[in-house]
Amino acid sequence: MSLEVAVAAALFVGVVAYAVLGGADFGSGFFDLTAGSSRRGAELRTLVDHSIGPVWEANHVWLIYVLVIWWTGFPESFAAAMSTLVLPLLFALLGIVLRGASFAFRKYAETLGQARLFGVVFATSSVLTPFFLGTVAGGIASGRVPLDGTGDRWASWVNPTSLFGGVIAVGTCAFLAGVFLVAEAARRGQNRLADELRVRALLVGVVTGVVVFAALVPIADDAPTLSDGLAGRAAPLVVLAAVAGLATLALLWRRSYGAARLTAVTAVASVVSGWGIGQYPWLLVDEVRIADAAGATATLQGLLVAVGLAVVVVVPPLAYLFRLTQSEEWSRH
Amino acid sequence: MLTPAVLTEVVVQLSGAAEPAGLLPARQQMALSLGWHIVLACFGVAFPAMIFVMHLRGIRRDDPVALGLAHRWAKVSAVLFAIGAVSGTVLSFEMGLLWPGLMGTYGDVLGLPFAFEGLAFFLEAIFLGIYLYGWGRIPPKRHVLMVLPMAVTGIVGAYCVLAVNAWMNDPTGFRIVGGEVTDVQPWAVLFNQQAFLQFAHMWVGAYMLTGFSVAGVYAVGMLRGRRDAHHRLGFMVPFVFASIAAVTQPFVGHVLGFGLDERQPAKLAAFELAETTESPSPLRLGGVLVDGEVKGAIDIPVLGSLIAMNSPDEPVPGLDTIPEEDHPPVNLAHLAFQAMVGIGTLLAAGVVWFWFQRRRGRDLLERRWFLRSAAVAGPLAVVALEAGWIATEVGRQPWIVYGVMRTPEAVGDYTASLWWLLGVSTVVYAGMTVGAVVVLRSMARRWRAGEVDLPSPYAPEVSTDKTSTDKAEAGR
Repeated sequence: MSLEVAVAAALFVGVVAYAVLGGADFGSGFFDLTAGSSRRGAELRTLVDHSIGPVWEANHVWLIYVLVIWWTGFPESFAAAMSTLVLPLLFALLGIVLRGASFAFRKYAETLGQARLFGVVFATSSVLTPFFLGTVAGGIASGRVPLDGTGDRWASWVNPTSLFGGVIAVGTCAFLAGVFLVAEAARRGQNRLADELRVRALLVGVVTGVVVFAALVPIADDAPTLSDGLAGRAAPLVVLAAVAGLATLALLWRRSYGAARLTAVTAVASVVSGWGIGQYPWLLVDEVRIADAAGATATLQGLLVAVGLAVVVVVPPLAYLFRLTQSEEWSRH
Repeated sequence: MLTPAVLTEVVVQLSGAAEPAGLLPARQQMALSLGWHIVLACFGVAFPAMIFVMHLRGIRRDDPVALGLAHRWAKVSAVLFAIGAVSGTVLSFEMGLLWPGLMGTYGDVLGLPFAFEGLAFFLEAIFLGIYLYGWGRIPPKRHVLMVLPMAVTGIVGAYCVLAVNAWMNDPTGFRIVGGEVTDVQPWAVLFNQQAFLQFAHMWVGAYMLTGFSVAGVYAVGMLRGRRDAHHRLGFMVPFVFASIAAVTQPFVGHVLGFGLDERQPAKLAAFELAETTESPSPLRLGGVLVDGEVKGAIDIPVLGSLIAMNSPDEPVPGLDTIPEEDHPPVNLAHLAFQAMVGIGTLLAAGVVWFWFQRRRGRDLLERRWFLRSAAVAGPLAVVALEAGWIATEVGRQPWIVYGVMRTPEAVGDYTASLWWLLGVSTVVYAGMTVGAVVVLRSMARRWRAGEVDLPSPYAPEVSTDKTSTDKAEAGR
């Protein structure tokens, strides 16, 4: 593996991690939004608070990781994508700001009225943010981001691939969140809530699965390079996504929630990796390849040092945090 | 500080016909988002150490007052760090969205420090989660240690960001051959010469801002007659941090400024409002430059040379030695710089007086004038920090990378419609400010009323409990 590809791989690991971990946090906003009236939805909203509260900031850092590795490792392509895709990025940014702030505000809100206001902002922005990030992915994957100059600031993200990308992002986030929330509710012994969430997670899973595979049709025309990749190099991932997705539905159906979390993560990670492997070796599809987009060699080496250090110093405490949140003591409150 | 004359000058200087339409809104956008975030970044850097000391005291001495304070501060930091995390994300986006010329050309030169900063932020977010949600769930002696990594990551993160800023002021670690950036040495950027001093200045500033702000909250409480152990301790711990920082800062700042005449002569000339080269240079308090004439300044002879040049007669090089097109907005840089120095000096003198009196057995906490001063010290420290950033950033103009890339070359390809972004951002930041103030004040109110856990109002146990529901309704 060349140095450039190693850094690109490290970058893409961040994309997958953000899609799965950050995605699950965003997806919980979908269930929060559709939880019903304050009284009816109180139990679910409290569950959302408890399950994403300790981890959302850590999961959010994956986005920063992706941005930093991108601009450091592949600066010109970063500047190009930022210039062309400014609108969906700004909308996503607005969503990120509103989501994080209103989530924290709601937790400590004094009155139900305040909590409702912050709650609506939190939930709506949680649903919208992944959509815009998905359109960004679609714009890059369909070759609409020129390396030189600024591309069309509307058509670059309002197009079939981007719109499907956006919907898929929202769907996969909600799917992950559904599975995680069901498992969490069941672990806490909130069986009525778990049953309710189980039905909705199944529904979200079916709809998302249909959209993911339906998207392959318009993508064939709209993003031929990606489409070829999906039919070729990335085909095993497409199959894996289908198998893991179906397995998740079956496990949810049988109420095997613990195992369903694993298959759900596998399914979503496969969908996202399918995009990445599908567009390899392009960084900006049809515009610049990974090998040609890379910055200075010394910097790429430095980045790998930083990534190696991250594996050593970040992963253990992250594992500790996740283990704590899954432990009995943390479920009692 | 922002007199109409200064504003007009800024607008005139920045909206010259040759400049891209997106430049001024992009700069204002960056100023707003950086200026807003920097306050929270200070809390992120300095608050964990104060919480740690308080928490440790609570455990070591079995002191319920200290434990209660640490618990409350942790909850406050949950709110502050959340909006700090998202407003920091805004900056990451804006680096690329607003300044693609900088990031596209120099991304691989300046990027490595950001990678390590990201690492520090990762650890901070992880330990924040562990610490905040660990109350009552992790054994106390282990739990208190979970806040310590945040104090360390605050140092690493601040260093890395300041390394990039120092690099922008004094670029190094690359060569330009035939218009192409080459021979990139990212480690030389990470450990560039000015990075440590700039970091030290900001790090100490963060402790001043946070320490004075937190102490000020309890000073207000004491002014309102709440003179209990809770308020005294809540004042004293952050005030000790702020005191050490405040008396250190003048020295750090002075050392940082040394050699500025060679690194960035235009910035120094602007700071000192030196239109011409005078030997020895006076210290010019206040004043503005109008049509090349200094107006309204109070000159103290020789002091300018002494402070800026460490010499009785060596002059501060004047603006007349620097080409017109390389002048920064002089008045804004000068006034912001002096506001920072003035407030810093005042705060340092204030804490020295407090501890001097205390040694003589006089407790100034009994004096209302001191408590009032302590209450405004927090906002003053915020102003000083903001002014310092305005001074150094505006003073670097018209360069984004000093001597190498001009700010107009870095800005993205935008029309004047970029002002809309500034408008929307102003509304969003104002909303976030109001939200934070409302929530933090309501938390304080409920704590005073004797509540401890502050459950969310939609929690099921509350909505089924008649009395609490009534209370929530009444509070609306």
